[in-house]
Amino acid sequence: MKIVILGAGQVGASVAESLVSEQNDITVVDIDHSRLRALQDRLDLRTVTGSASHPSVLVEAGIEDADLLIAVTQSDETNLVACKLASQLFNVPRRIARVRATDYLNDEKVLGPDGFEVDLSICPEQVLTDYIVKLVEFPEALQVLDFADGKVSLVAVRAYKGGPLVGHPIKDLRHHIPNVDARVVAIFRRDTAVAPGGDTLVEAGDEVFCLAPADDIRRVMKELRRMDRPVRRVMIAGGGNIGQRLARALAPDYSVRVIDHNKRRCEALAAKLERVLVLNGDATDEELLEQENVAEMDLFVAVTNDDENNIMSSLLAKRMGARRVVALINRRSYVDLVQRAQIDVAISPAQATIGKLLAHVRRGDIVAVHSLRRGAAEALEAVVHGDRESCRVTGRRIEEIELPPGTTIGAVVRGDEVLMAHHDTQILAEDHVIVFVTDKKILPKVERLFQVGARFL
Amino acid sequence: MHIRAVLRLLALVIMLFAGCMLVPLGFSLLLDDSALHAYDKAILVTLLAGLVLWVLTRREQRELQTRDGFLLVALVWTTLPGFATLPLLFYLPGLSFTDAYFEAVSGLTASGGTVLSGLDQLPASINLWRGFMIWLGGMGVIVLAVAILPLLGVGGSQLYRAETPGPMKDTKLTPRIAETAKGLWFVYFALTGLCLLAYHWAGMTWLDALMHAFTTMGLGGFSTHNASYAYWNSPKIEMVAIVFMLIAGINFATHFLAWRKLALAPYRRDPEAFLFVLVLGASVAGVALYLYAAGTYPDFWTALRFAAFNVVSIATTTGYSNTDFNAWPIFAPLWMLFLCSFASCSGSTGSGMKMIRAQILFKQSFRELLRIIHPKLHRPVMLSGHAIENTIVFAVLAYVFVYVSCIILATLLLTGSGLDVLTAFSAAVASINNTGPGLGEVGPASTYAVLNDFQTWICSFLMLLGRLELFTLLVVLTPSFWRK
Repeated sequence: MKIVILGAGQVGASVAESLVSEQNDITVVDIDHSRLRALQDRLDLRTVTGSASHPSVLVEAGIEDADLLIAVTQSDETNLVACKLASQLFNVPRRIARVRATDYLNDEKVLGPDGFEVDLSICPEQVLTDYIVKLVEFPEALQVLDFADGKVSLVAVRAYKGGPLVGHPIKDLRHHIPNVDARVVAIFRRDTAVAPGGDTLVEAGDEVFCLAPADDIRRVMKELRRMDRPVRRVMIAGGGNIGQRLARALAPDYSVRVIDHNKRRCEALAAKLERVLVLNGDATDEELLEQENVAEMDLFVAVTNDDENNIMSSLLAKRMGARRVVALINRRSYVDLVQRAQIDVAISPAQATIGKLLAHVRRGDIVAVHSLRRGAAEALEAVVHGDRESCRVTGRRIEEIELPPGTTIGAVVRGDEVLMAHHDTQILAEDHVIVFVTDKKILPKVERLFQVGARFL
Repeated sequence: MHIRAVLRLLALVIMLFAGCMLVPLGFSLLLDDSALHAYDKAILVTLLAGLVLWVLTRREQRELQTRDGFLLVALVWTTLPGFATLPLLFYLPGLSFTDAYFEAVSGLTASGGTVLSGLDQLPASINLWRGFMIWLGGMGVIVLAVAILPLLGVGGSQLYRAETPGPMKDTKLTPRIAETAKGLWFVYFALTGLCLLAYHWAGMTWLDALMHAFTTMGLGGFSTHNASYAYWNSPKIEMVAIVFMLIAGINFATHFLAWRKLALAPYRRDPEAFLFVLVLGASVAGVALYLYAAGTYPDFWTALRFAAFNVVSIATTTGYSNTDFNAWPIFAPLWMLFLCSFASCSGSTGSGMKMIRAQILFKQSFRELLRIIHPKLHRPVMLSGHAIENTIVFAVLAYVFVYVSCIILATLLLTGSGLDVLTAFSAAVASINNTGPGLGEVGPASTYAVLNDFQTWICSFLMLLGRLELFTLLVVLTPSFWRK
């Protein structure tokens, strides 16, 4: 597939890295030459320097025979214009744009076929906000993901001593909570994947990925660790795009404080967020944190645009007594460095946000792709098509399907019904299948599995 | 550095090279000449060497880093000539390894200087092997390997950049490097086909046409005849040669773009192509006038014919001749040697400093002059509408310094070991620019066989240096490259 990516920022670079392969011809456009060079040194792709919405630059990037345009520059307007041009002048069949401003999203006409002709708009800030809101709802989880319109959830929990299942084999789960149909799809022990069988013992410190109907998440988590009291007080460091959205989402149900160092920004925030305490100051200022009672906070979230600042302020907050700290960290090496040490959850924005976009690019009918463990593993929701002849999945029982190693089918959603996968569960056409993949390298094989292939016709 | 991973890839390239030897083997079978026994042994040895190396290292499948890329390219270019000598050594038992290695290096670097005489008596397939080496080396063995072996994405582009000539290699033609390499080889292949047909049309036998199509497109001057193009004494053949030498002296990336868009616009946008043609045209006219005025040739048209062929041949670093230009008044051959050090375009099969470096150098010098007049001046070096980064300008300056130093050092070593100044200097210049014939004792009428072993090795090394544009080879020789 020929793909043109506009913008070589964090999102653009991560998308490029996820898509670069034998099958994809990728060209990245950015105005900053040095960024492009860094990218080109690392990945096998072509780069073009120039303004991403100019037709001449787009032509140079090969837009004329591109199959997909991914416009993820900093500017909404550039992205929208590029999509419109790609559609009108160059007939690019699929166009994805990053759109931040909610104003554009309010009216469907703006992005629709009569407007800017965007097939899919993504807003990384919104995705991140949703991610963090989930963590506020389920403070024990490392990550909570929804599948099949929220019917099924995948939850990542670190197992602690004291959880009833810890030290026991996985099959005991069924006896502990008999009326909940949950399934452990993967266990990461000291950063390596352990294939979960019925007899696998869950150890303290394991990162356990569990699929369960959305309503039963809490009961599953209870098996793996002691439950905390629910979150009431939240402190947010950084009142930027994400901070503001987060504060607005949390304000009705929680007591929220936002710290930002920019006075003007604070004034603007305060005007928009009535129930929120907006504080002007530095999130790494010990005195300010002390004064604002950081020790009483159930959750401290650092979402400034500066990695070091986020790490430092959340470390500080943790030491001063905040119960749980979450930090937004762009650099992958930092994430590995600090998660598990002092910071409870380190979120890598790029990885968290490109899932939706990737779902659009994958072959086969894939509804959702979520990056897990900073991109090392993925969970995807695929729709099964065809029949026994044309597809290697349809009409078969799970034990009959030749899954690549490292792949687990976690659940099947048929209409409104959620079926946890058992070896004898039969998969029918139009089912949504939730697959967990512990090694990203085998993803193409999994995609092919769900394709209705010509060679089977 | 992952030496074992580098060796694994080297083994693959060696096996690929063994496959290339099937070409002369096939011709030898077809023509039933006396050299057949030389190839099967050579192929066997090469294949076995590659296989053993591969078996020993096959588990090391890592992504190459920049340093590994340089090491691999340097290793490929120093070992392949060793294997390429085998058919020559097996066929000509009297040939020393030093001379055979020189011949192979001269072939693979597309230089064209030879130590062999009696070319007309050699079996056709041996001559074909010499031409085929030039053709392979002209576009680059590594580029070929990247195109047809799955040499891993990023690793491939590191290698590609280490091998292809030119100061700026950041812009790729296609998103994936393997596609770029395939595209370049395709254009090269197609143009060689055209050249073959044109030569045959102009009057060569099919075999001569093929051999000379290889050496013309690779811009290395091996011929099947001692007399080179004087053997035919045909202006028509010389015209064909001139046209295709000019084509091969232009960046193949530009050819590729022109072919893909089916338009001439890419040539107009190429910062070098126009200047390349202009400089060569002016030189041809100038040298023709000079020769006519000096009375070397009785009439202007004869002077123009000989000037055109020899100037283009030397300036594009090919190295054919249709007369002993050594006998011309010394200004003309010196001017030709001067041209060969910068005339060809980057990304062409020609060698030397490249037109683009000359342009950058010239504009940088001009900028310094302007800066003396306007001390606060801020002006980037511009090339066809684009500002050139200062880092590239500095790299070019360093390149030229090393280039000139190499020539001076080599001239000193060659004179020190007994050559006269003109021979030594011209041999150094002709070797580092991959031109082939020099002046004096190594002029177009004689061969490099007059050099002693020491001098031959110096010239072999210079040819490798020139083909890999100095730094790729020199960086491997620096201590800090090997430091952990």
